[in-house]
Amino acid sequence: MAAIIQQKEEKFKELEQYIDSLPDTKGELIRVLHKAQGIFGFLPEEVQRFIAKKMKVSTAKVFGVVSFYSFFTMEPKGEVDISICLGTACYVRGAEKILTELKKETGAEVGKTTPNGKFSITGLRCIGACGLAPVFTIGEKVYGRVTPEQVKDIIAQYK
Amino acid sequence: MSEVKIIIDGKEVHVAKGSTVLDAAKKIGVDIPTLCHLDLHDTKMVNQAASCRVCVVEVEGRRNLAPSCATPVVEGMVVKTNTIRVMEARKTVLELLVSDHPKECLSCAKAGDCELQDLTELCGLRGDSISGTAMSTYKKDITPSLIRDMDKCVLCRRCETMCNKVQEVGALSGINRGFNAVVSSAFELPMAETVCTHCGQCVAVCPTGALTEMNHTWKVVEALADPTKTVIVQTAPAVRVALGEEFGNEPGSIVTGKMVSALKAIGFDHVFDTDFTADLTILEEGTELLERLENFLEGKEGPSLPILTSCCPAWVNFVESQFHELIDIPSTARSPQQMFGSVAKTYFADKLGIKREDLVVVSVMPCLAKKFEASREEFAVDGNPDVDLVMSTRELADLIKQMNIDMEELEESEFDNPLGMSTGAGVIFGTTGGVIEAAVRTAYEVRTKKPLPKIDFEELRGFDGVRVASVAMDDVVLNIGIAHGLGNAKALLTEIRDGNPRNIHAVEVMACPGGCIGGAGQPYHHGDSSILMKRQAAIYQVDKNMPIRKSHENPAIAEIYEKFLGKPLSEKAHHLLHTHYHMKDKA
Repeated sequence: MAAIIQQKEEKFKELEQYIDSLPDTKGELIRVLHKAQGIFGFLPEEVQRFIAKKMKVSTAKVFGVVSFYSFFTMEPKGEVDISICLGTACYVRGAEKILTELKKETGAEVGKTTPNGKFSITGLRCIGACGLAPVFTIGEKVYGRVTPEQVKDIIAQYK
Repeated sequence: MSEVKIIIDGKEVHVAKGSTVLDAAKKIGVDIPTLCHLDLHDTKMVNQAASCRVCVVEVEGRRNLAPSCATPVVEGMVVKTNTIRVMEARKTVLELLVSDHPKECLSCAKAGDCELQDLTELCGLRGDSISGTAMSTYKKDITPSLIRDMDKCVLCRRCETMCNKVQEVGALSGINRGFNAVVSSAFELPMAETVCTHCGQCVAVCPTGALTEMNHTWKVVEALADPTKTVIVQTAPAVRVALGEEFGNEPGSIVTGKMVSALKAIGFDHVFDTDFTADLTILEEGTELLERLENFLEGKEGPSLPILTSCCPAWVNFVESQFHELIDIPSTARSPQQMFGSVAKTYFADKLGIKREDLVVVSVMPCLAKKFEASREEFAVDGNPDVDLVMSTRELADLIKQMNIDMEELEESEFDNPLGMSTGAGVIFGTTGGVIEAAVRTAYEVRTKKPLPKIDFEELRGFDGVRVASVAMDDVVLNIGIAHGLGNAKALLTEIRDGNPRNIHAVEVMACPGGCIGGAGQPYHHGDSSILMKRQAAIYQVDKNMPIRKSHENPAIAEIYEKFLGKPLSEKAHHLLHTHYHMKDKA
């Protein structure tokens, strides 16, 4: 427990140092949020409040930016983060059915993480691999031309 | 500044460079309809989101239509505002807005005052030409002072501009995107858990029913109908110079006498005046000012200067959540509304020989933050609030109409006694600069023991956002700072916090632009800030007409000290008329 708290403190320290290193914080909110998500993995309320106070902007404004851009997330990603393409090409080739299977096999919802922190699913719009449609990725690994039947076995490898 | 010549609908117009097409059109009487746009010139609020596209015009040589509110004039520009292309585009914009808007117009709190409704009427929209199943919906948020029903939001962003640019509170932001886009708080928290000060200026500028006040009208009707209750009412200074607008009177009409008659006709057992407790506030706050001045001059221990006024509840909320460094500086005096409640439920209830639970205290306020203030737990005794119900000026107008009372036909009458007697000093609490002028009138005479050479302190009056003036009181010169609008207050307070270079001793702050005359409970100004100036002039007129113009000369005030409170800052006065502030850490 003490180690986790210390780890968290170090993360806040790193973020603080980064903000302090900026010559002027004006107009740098998105850059700082990128950095913060890099450090913490996600942007919980606590981090957003910290950034607001530090950069002298309202918390509402910080949250406004976080909620606008789909890149930013307030949910911690799962240990196994699945990114599924829901772009046009994948969609017409059955991404919806793949997604249904993924949800069934992992118990996660799009944009959410399972309570045990194991799986999360992120819906994306085109990852530039339309030739492999339908496609999803787990970490660096790309699964292309997947059929709904294959999903169970793929997920089993990560359980 | 150089001028630009442009042609609008065939008419030549010369305007200053940097003006918008909308400004230019206004100059020659071409009335381009707008929705999101709002320009409150005198308070420096301009909402130029150009998000609604209702004000589009055709500009010769330009391919697409231009939003006139955000298009600067260019020499030789030829603009057409009423072509079929423009009219069709405007109609489509409105049809789209209406397609994503609840059709509750018959029972909407904003019915009759809705700018979207005015526009659909103006443009002759009929039926539902665009309908779909996709409707953006959002949870309702209800606070003690206001209701947010974002389903009715047209995303004009006026509330956001008001909250962030004018008031600089920062409680609101546009969040999410697409159909889920909405103006909300940090983490979509209920407003009551945010830095929101309840000033309600978002309500004052909202064009639709998305932001409205928490309405207490029916609770007042129920209390009046309860035979076991004695129901009394107090009216704030700024109400009497604005209520008339709801009955078709010119802005700035003074309707004090008719308002009192209307309240009596409604059935209140006693009609009293918050101006009475404004006078009481001056005795308490003025004495505190003099005490702190002595501490300051003699370098004694204890609270010193500067001192801040504490009448404005939104201002108090602002200090509590965003100015922790200065939390010990505001006067401890409660606001006149709360002093009234406190005195009514002790001194007056005793006089009537009834229990506090059987006395219902209703306020009529130009303010929405007063609704929140009345709900603060420190202003209740065993769960029974000092002020039970707070109506806005608008709500009172509605109640008068519901009670079948014709304001025009009413004779004028006087407030009841003892809590209805007041002075000119009490009434100027309704405008920016008024509280501190009232305090100075009393502080001067108490300290110098000489009559004021001139009652009117012109140097403290005006409409500039931040004003600083000096007032000599024999051997000392008091530097006084005045700010209205929370953004201006923030600037002045930051200056004081960071070293106070202008050596300011006393500060008056009112959260709303113009002070209480521009409060969020007043009749909607719909962007016409000249209305605020007229109300301000009326307040000073009421002051001028009063036989007594200094709080300490009010005989009813002398009586309440003699019979009940002892003297200013006595133990009893501290208990009943003062308060303390809490730091709050909110998002």
